[in-house]
Amino acid sequence: MSSLEVLLKDESTRNIRRLLKVVILITIAGAAVSSRLFSVILDPWFNFRASKYLVKNGFYNFWDWFDDRTWHPLGRVTGGTLYPGLMVTSGAIYHILRMLSMPVDIRNICVLLAPAFSGLTALATYLFTKEMKDESAGLLAAAFIGIAPGYISRSVAGSYDNEAIAIFLLMFTFYLWIKALKDGSAFWGALCALFYFYMVAAWGGYVFITNMIPLHAFVLVLMGRYSPRLYVAYTSWFALGTLGSMQIPFVGFLPIRSSEHMAALGVFGLLQIVGFVEFVRDQVPSRQFKTLLKALIFIVFALSSAVLVLLTVSGVIAPWSGRFYSLWDTGYAKIHIPIIASVSEHQPTAWPAFFFDLEMLIWLFPAGIYMCFSTLQDQHVFVIIYGIMASYFAGVMVRLMLTLTPVVCVSAAIALSNILDVYLSIKTPAAPTAGAPSVNERKEKKPRVNILSAGKDSIVGVYSKASKIAVIAAFSIYLFVFVLHCTWVTSNAYSSPSVVLASRMPDGSQHIIDDYREAYYWLRKNTPDDAKIMSWWDYGYQIGGMADRTTLVDNNTWNNTHIATVGKAMSAREEVAYPILRQHDVDYVLVIFGGLLGYSGDDINKFLWMIRIAEGVWPDEVKERDFFTPHGEYRVDDGATDTMKNSLMYKMSYYNYQSLFPAGQAQDRVRNAKLPAVGPTLSILDEAFTSENWIVRIYKVKDLDNLGRDHLSAAAFDAGKKKSKRTKANKGSQRKLRVV
Amino acid sequence: MPPKKNVSTPSSTSAAPSAAVATPISTPQTSHNVPSSNPISILEGIFKNYSQSTPQRTKLIDAFLGFLVITGVLQFVYCVVAGNYPFNAFLAGFSATVGQFVLTASLRIQSNPANKSEFASVSPERAFADFVFCSIILHLFCTNFIN
Repeated sequence: MSSLEVLLKDESTRNIRRLLKVVILITIAGAAVSSRLFSVILDPWFNFRASKYLVKNGFYNFWDWFDDRTWHPLGRVTGGTLYPGLMVTSGAIYHILRMLSMPVDIRNICVLLAPAFSGLTALATYLFTKEMKDESAGLLAAAFIGIAPGYISRSVAGSYDNEAIAIFLLMFTFYLWIKALKDGSAFWGALCALFYFYMVAAWGGYVFITNMIPLHAFVLVLMGRYSPRLYVAYTSWFALGTLGSMQIPFVGFLPIRSSEHMAALGVFGLLQIVGFVEFVRDQVPSRQFKTLLKALIFIVFALSSAVLVLLTVSGVIAPWSGRFYSLWDTGYAKIHIPIIASVSEHQPTAWPAFFFDLEMLIWLFPAGIYMCFSTLQDQHVFVIIYGIMASYFAGVMVRLMLTLTPVVCVSAAIALSNILDVYLSIKTPAAPTAGAPSVNERKEKKPRVNILSAGKDSIVGVYSKASKIAVIAAFSIYLFVFVLHCTWVTSNAYSSPSVVLASRMPDGSQHIIDDYREAYYWLRKNTPDDAKIMSWWDYGYQIGGMADRTTLVDNNTWNNTHIATVGKAMSAREEVAYPILRQHDVDYVLVIFGGLLGYSGDDINKFLWMIRIAEGVWPDEVKERDFFTPHGEYRVDDGATDTMKNSLMYKMSYYNYQSLFPAGQAQDRVRNAKLPAVGPTLSILDEAFTSENWIVRIYKVKDLDNLGRDHLSAAAFDAGKKKSKRTKANKGSQRKLRVV
Repeated sequence: MPPKKNVSTPSSTSAAPSAAVATPISTPQTSHNVPSSNPISILEGIFKNYSQSTPQRTKLIDAFLGFLVITGVLQFVYCVVAGNYPFNAFLAGFSATVGQFVLTASLRIQSNPANKSEFASVSPERAFADFVFCSIILHLFCTNFIN
């Protein structure tokens, strides 16, 4: 009867099952890698540039690298202002492959790093979930995170960004923490600290771990679940991890100076007190004494919190930095730091995004959290806290969907594996007829029934079997649909490279728009090697990476004033902008213009943020109000304000644009506006290059006028000369004048 | 660094229950629990209890803990008196003592026979190996950080 059961329980099949597990994990890793290969284009160019530098010049030079090709007059101390984990990882892989006599170009390593690490993420999620429930839940969670679009969106092939390795490190650090807490082993705590150190080296989001682990420990203490294991795990993690994190130059003394890290320190102190009190409690058995000690804990904790607040207020400890503070006060960034609010990823998340990124997982997620509550152990508290915190942060900021995805996968896997445990069980209950296992029954009654008519036998058993099959079938369908959804989302939404734009022709064939690379390559080949390019900061890394020219600002927005200077130059009148351009040695100005093609991410649409950022620094010179019509509209057509029409950005975008159209019919396809018949004139710039679809336009900054005039009058003089018709009468009059 | 003070206060007491603990433990006891006897005799009782029931190894660990506390306090006092100019050096030294203290305390907890049920998978030998491993990492980090 129970031959299958025997087979499953048998000792000799253990190896087969282990093999099966390995095969499944390898398959998941394969799926995770291959689903990220829909498009292969390298994106964050700075990381790539830094990796190239690391491979070429060695580690020590990389550590002390002063980059004079960005932030032009200032330069950037790169070694002290980046998280080196990503570059060092790919550099190490490069050298290892070279050692194995497989010389692979560093660019290919950079492109394929994110897919490779997503396979490791699946493994780490498997281990983490295994600690929560069992191996089958772990396999489910690994499968989920392998293809969940919320994670794929940041780890497609070629997205060589810090997040590529950070999520793996996040999950692995959490796994080690749970392991350390369960065993109470200092060894696992130290490993956790080492991976925490790696995480600090890799991503600024390490602060999430720095606050999650103390929060977990704190909640455990509050729940009365303090144990010596907690003390061992936490203190070994904190002592080593904090020291480790301070080794990264970019982090430096932050772990003792900034508010984000104070929770870890506070819980460390609290655990010392609690540990000491527990120790004393063992020595002196007395009831009143215990309550007194508890009061002592409370008072000391309250006192130290008060001291912390005092230190923060007095400024010894830095308050929350704007980026983190805007997570709590969601309106803060928009008012005070427009540069944070200007990034589209820093906006609140809409509901459809959750379903889009996580499909069925999003409704299994609360069920999994509930199941964690029902079997509440130390490690389940962690999943619950992580789930709550990550949901909040993902709701505040689109970008933090990334940290939510792992816990959603884990929690959904716990829920689903609970369901499968119940409905896939082939155990026979005590009564022989009730709930007979489907497989065996089918075997026994083979001559009489087929699968479809199996439901006609004894009522109890058939009922159970049918319901089991129904539930399992339903969830299998969900799972299949999940795979379909993930593949569809990945191929359609998250695999579009930002450098090459794809569009569809009317007949459905694909048309590639490659203006960016065309323009960057033009810059690379046709400008002097030390030319300085001014553009909005979004394109800084690309220009540095692809055009290999010096930029004024780039995506690493560390100097707000410098960015505001660029914003001011873009939004000011020509005669105001020219001195700024001269002072910063700008040779070329680059703008992105999507009006011809309907490419909405162009500089006119970003223009308002340039104005806002500039207004934050020079409130009386740049005013956002001046760019709106009296009715409060942002227009580029005839109704545009004079400030708008005279701004450098407007002139650069629409310069000569009307020449493409019949007279008076120039059309902006992004703004859906009919442009003025007479286009803007430029006196301080010369058009140097305009790409095929007019997306990238590059202007050369004119030299000072030979005769010492300002450019406006020089241009007016030239224009007047052209217009004047040299008739004889005029000549005569001029001659006359000359005589007089 | 007042938050660190909280760390060192209880540690000093736990390390050397013989002398340093005197005030925090004795006051509650005299006022609430055993009002009749005087604090010195209670302290003597605790000390006697400690020296009789604690194994020799644990005493050794406790002595080391006491030494670490003294080193840490000395460093801290020096930092307060002389200023924290090479701040990384101060941090490296101070966190070496704090880190070594908590690692040693962890070893003491793990090797305590009374905690055997808590640490099912950690034998005393394993605990010692863990201690060595963690200490090596700690000292690597510290020597790197002190420059």
